[in-house]
Amino acid sequence: MDDFYRELIIDRYKNPQYRGVLDPADIRFEDDNPLCGDHIHIDLRVGEDGIVREALFEGKGCAISQASADLLMEKIHGMHLDEVKKISKQDILDMLGIELGPVRLKCALLSLKVLKAGVYGLGEASDDLVED
Amino acid sequence: MMTGQVQSTPLNLEKIRDDFPVLRRQVRPGVSLVYLDSTATSQKPTMVIEAMDRYYRQSNANIHRGIHVLAEEATAAYEEAREKVQKFIHAPSSRQVIFTRNTTEAINLVAYSWGFSQLKSGDLILLTEMEHHSNLVPWYLLAERIGLRLEFVSVTEDGLLDQSDFERKLELKPKLFAFTHMSNVVGTINPAKDMIAKAHQAGAVALLDGAQSVPHFCVNVQELDVDFLAFSGHKMCGPTGIGVLYGKKELLEKMPPFLGGGDMIKRVTLGSFKPNELPYKFEAGTPAIAEAIGLGAAVDYLSGIGMDAIAQHEHVLVRYALERLAEIPNLRVFGPSADKKGGVISFVMSGVHAHDVSQILDQYGVAIRAGHHCAMPLHEKFQIPATARASFYLYNTFEEIDRLVEAIYRVKDIFGV
Repeated sequence: MDDFYRELIIDRYKNPQYRGVLDPADIRFEDDNPLCGDHIHIDLRVGEDGIVREALFEGKGCAISQASADLLMEKIHGMHLDEVKKISKQDILDMLGIELGPVRLKCALLSLKVLKAGVYGLGEASDDLVED
Repeated sequence: MMTGQVQSTPLNLEKIRDDFPVLRRQVRPGVSLVYLDSTATSQKPTMVIEAMDRYYRQSNANIHRGIHVLAEEATAAYEEAREKVQKFIHAPSSRQVIFTRNTTEAINLVAYSWGFSQLKSGDLILLTEMEHHSNLVPWYLLAERIGLRLEFVSVTEDGLLDQSDFERKLELKPKLFAFTHMSNVVGTINPAKDMIAKAHQAGAVALLDGAQSVPHFCVNVQELDVDFLAFSGHKMCGPTGIGVLYGKKELLEKMPPFLGGGDMIKRVTLGSFKPNELPYKFEAGTPAIAEAIGLGAAVDYLSGIGMDAIAQHEHVLVRYALERLAEIPNLRVFGPSADKKGGVISFVMSGVHAHDVSQILDQYGVAIRAGHHCAMPLHEKFQIPATARASFYLYNTFEEIDRLVEAIYRVKDIFGV
């Protein structure tokens, strides 16, 4: 279990590097995990060339959901939106470096779901966005 | 520090624990199970598992129709289960005991059948802020369809129903007052008899959600004078897929059928039908026969131990747990004091989300629930996204509460709070 709560996750939960709001933002989206009440809001600023210049999140929830969001924001800095669309469930698990059961998987993937819904300009975030 | 050994309970815990096979298992090598999630669903004693097994091995047949030994045995066992439930809740007649899938379906039955036929646009339904979703959403759906108004009795900071707010809202003349007997989040046991009497004085029909009360203490529908009572089998040592709606006869008789199909009819012609009598009018299609039989066995099991002894045991457990949890810094328990509640404790730890608490506790074999427990409005009221909830039943021990407390200290270590 001490593996599960890796230092990285506890650290990013307690000391997030990419928490905040961008106003104005080019892409903005938010959603909840209705099962546990986790909430993630994401703001992106994107250059003319489609490269993510700034990415910040706000939210509340468990260590997994919040650390995952923080790491994801870090990951997409400097990335092209086309690349962002390709980020998979497995990429998130690799980023977190832990195995997750089906319930906690939803916590870990909430930020990716919100990010993709925003990038694709969808009205609603769907679980299909994060199924590999 | 108090230890488990000095506590006293009216139950023979060693014997009771022996009745529940799952309690013997290890959740991982060397880690025994501490099951503190009975509010979500209870564990099942051998007696219940064997009753269902025996039905399938020896008497499996459809009920109420076949004229052969198996069908007769199956019908007898199913109807005997209904009579056991009738005695358990002190209902005047077994015809007033309707088998449903669970509490949720029982409440939906009342909403669709009684609500649709007896309520009209502009009527008021009174609920409370303490309800879980199954006693909210059926009424929201009905309100949308026929244009009802909804009011909610507020909950105090201590997690009690605000009785003066209740009396004020009764002056608005609700047609129905639907409320929980015991909160699944904070454990509050509401003064149901008194509140039902007041609802009746105001001219309202009273529905009691007994999902958490019927499994844990004696519920007597005649003494409560309640109009409808809904509860689930799986929270009272029975299987999933079986629940009960009790109703007063004059109300049930006026109500149209909820679901249509076989067994709920007396006669069907092309284009019309005549509904069957109670309780079959509300039991369309082949019911959960094995599950009803399992529920009957669960009722026998609980009655054999004694509901008063079970309630007493849970009371001393929750008192002990509250004392132990009070030792822990930065841990906040929600809800009233031990004398006003059943065996449910919801808490938050500052700096640690409930999911993380639950995940770490699981590593020590301690199974609790984390989330909003299907009661989002109550969590909004307390302004917290989620709580960790430990809940107790007849098989839980003082040592298990010690294990819970030890594991919570590990959470504090890991999160450095």
